[in-house]
Amino acid sequence: MDLDPLLLSRIQFAFVVSWHIIFPAFTIGLASYIAVLEGLYFKTNNPVYLRLSKFWIKIFAVSFGMGVVSGIVMSFQFGTNWSAFSYASANFMGPVLSYEVVTAFFLEATFLGVLLFGRSKVPQGAHLFAACMVAIGTFISSFWILSANSWMQTPAGVEMIDGVFHVTSWFEAIFNPSFHVRFAHMVLAAFLTTGFFVVGVSAWYLLRRKATESAKIMFSMTLWLLAVLAPAQVIMGDLHGLNTLEHQPEKVAAMEGNWETRGNVPLLLFAIPDAEQETNHFEIGIPSLASVILKHDPAGEVPGLKDWAPEDRPVVGVVFWSFRVMVAIGFLMVAVVAASLFLRWRGRLYDASWFHRVCVAMMPMSFIAVLAGWLTTETGRFPWVVHGMMRVEDGLTPALTGGAALTSLLVYIAVYAVVFAAGAYYILKLVQAGPDKEDASVRDVHAEYRRRPARPMSAADEALDTQE
Amino acid sequence: MDTIDLTLIWALIIAVGVFMYVLMDGFDLGVGILFPFAPGEEARDTIMNTVAPVWDGNETWLVLGGAGLLGAFPMVYSILLPALYLPVLFMLVALIFRGVAFEFRFKAKRSKWLWDISFNVGSTLAAFTQGIILGAFIQGFEVQDGTYVGGMFDWLTPFSIMTGFGLIAGYALIGCAWIIMKTIGDVREWAYSIADRLLLITLLAVAVVSVWTPLMHDAIAQRWFSLPNLFYFAPVPIVTAGIALLFYRALHQRNDFLPFFCALGLYILSYTGLAISLWPNVIQPDITLWDAASAPESQLFLLLGVLFTLPIILGYTTWTYWVFRGKVTKDSVGYH
Repeated sequence: MDLDPLLLSRIQFAFVVSWHIIFPAFTIGLASYIAVLEGLYFKTNNPVYLRLSKFWIKIFAVSFGMGVVSGIVMSFQFGTNWSAFSYASANFMGPVLSYEVVTAFFLEATFLGVLLFGRSKVPQGAHLFAACMVAIGTFISSFWILSANSWMQTPAGVEMIDGVFHVTSWFEAIFNPSFHVRFAHMVLAAFLTTGFFVVGVSAWYLLRRKATESAKIMFSMTLWLLAVLAPAQVIMGDLHGLNTLEHQPEKVAAMEGNWETRGNVPLLLFAIPDAEQETNHFEIGIPSLASVILKHDPAGEVPGLKDWAPEDRPVVGVVFWSFRVMVAIGFLMVAVVAASLFLRWRGRLYDASWFHRVCVAMMPMSFIAVLAGWLTTETGRFPWVVHGMMRVEDGLTPALTGGAALTSLLVYIAVYAVVFAAGAYYILKLVQAGPDKEDASVRDVHAEYRRRPARPMSAADEALDTQE
Repeated sequence: MDTIDLTLIWALIIAVGVFMYVLMDGFDLGVGILFPFAPGEEARDTIMNTVAPVWDGNETWLVLGGAGLLGAFPMVYSILLPALYLPVLFMLVALIFRGVAFEFRFKAKRSKWLWDISFNVGSTLAAFTQGIILGAFIQGFEVQDGTYVGGMFDWLTPFSIMTGFGLIAGYALIGCAWIIMKTIGDVREWAYSIADRLLLITLLAVAVVSVWTPLMHDAIAQRWFSLPNLFYFAPVPIVTAGIALLFYRALHQRNDFLPFFCALGLYILSYTGLAISLWPNVIQPDITLWDAASAPESQLFLLLGVLFTLPIILGYTTWTYWVFRGKVTKDSVGYH
């Protein structure tokens, strides 16, 4: 059998990056939530906030650790499997990724230590400051990585000389045409992911009549936040779509499953796109709605895939369906927050157990939406690695053999299966233990500190397999 | 910018970054290598706790090394990583397993042994693969037009296997010196009892590399053994021997702190020796730093950021070590 290193490297990249993005998507929002809880505790001295913060810090520590180890793999994978791309884009990607390390990674690593173990060693204000620094670090990190990714989607500020990108304007390259919408869309997505996780956990406590006081507090405050953010994300997603229409029209054509450039394009709710015959099967759609959304006019002309040569089109089936999954979950989120507002108005927010069940069921949904969204935008970029300038196959490591690529793919699958299963299991155990197990008096904080080994990334001290 | 050689500055920054990594992750990997030999479960808990607060900060230097290399010397990045595809893969896997061992070991009861193995094998394999990478780096790579054209196993030679084992010994030595500095009682006694042998093995490995390297490359032999270079560079081996002697005496005078700084000195000198051998090449046998450099505007843009942030980062790091200073005992587990 002939092993294709290109296909194997693509699968490997998709696999590794998908597992990786789950953790940042969760920790970006969680870092801010912890900073808010620490701030509330600082201001009110209410021990509930301290307990909640200590509880979420443990979960944060484990997720952050998972994100770090999977992130190290990412930074080397560019070189091992995509050395031609790395070499060609290094003048831009190198400085940008290095800026991420020096402005974000070190900030997070250092202040995380203080956040986890410094509570009894530094004044309370300094501890709050550390929590804020970790949160800011996650934003700075997203800033650079989204800039790098957006540049691959909508390259700007560079010229290609002898197969190598040279930066002509740092400002244009970093703040490239799609950066602002992508950054906002991703940060909102991260907040939604964390928000629905927190809401799901508290709903589960409410259903189990466990930790009800703390559960009510986080349930209520997080649903308020989501009531703003979920609709905001719908608007942001629309803006992102319009930006993509302007800069990557073939991706929008694939997202809409639209083959012919024409007006009155329906919004397809269901279809099976057929790339071979250049048509869709079993179409169910709302007439003209895609034209209305994209052009604000029923007769508005929407680009069709046939405008591009077959070898220049994205993988239409994947883009079409992952886009639908993301959008469906987005509207589901809006429905959930609408229901929460209604229940709040009727004073039944803490009693409606059907709603709590829905909230528990929503926990994995936001993760799925993040993955589906990235799948849409990344497969929608194909066949380009740098849109319009460098094709994916030209980015591959020339010396890479199929055997080596297969080896690394299998090794990563095996390792991630073990490591992430253990991490997920551990997070579930922490959730099961609940926030009420946390000590909330300052004296106990000191005692606990002395009992506990001081380990960055290891604030979580529940026994892994000895709990009831 | 004609008057300032950005490439040279970048070579220095990367060299410092890699050295910080080798030194700092060196001792915490060394602790992992020595882990199963520690006298008992309590001793293992203690030595793991000596590195627990600092290890992930240490590893960030590796990420900086990777990203900085891409930014300043993209040709090196895009030659080294494909050429070292398999060693890099196994190094990453090893680092993952030892990293999560810090997370899970202290929470596990029934499965604790599993994370013990994960920590030890992960640390040892990480050291071994890094040694192989070092050996392959000294050997050189088959390159055409800036692209690696060799096979997937070119790195596998007797020399690289030797440097692999050599680095295990070197990391174990500095890990041992770290344990002497950070512990008391039985744990420290045990560390003292093995330090002699580790020192001897490490010196032997350094000696073999020092002889073998010039035998492999004529240009390197020329560099060291022609006149007047011989006199300029003679201090390197002489001072190395002096530090080794000081190290030995410190061990026998039971000085808890000096061994670690002697190990540090040995690292600096070995590193200097390597730099003398390879200069000005960054990929053996014939790609120089300047051949491999990225565009000047990219080097400058990144330099501005690094010059601003690196002092702050070094400040953080020093502060963290200060916060967690002092001896770690079996009763305290944590720090005081």
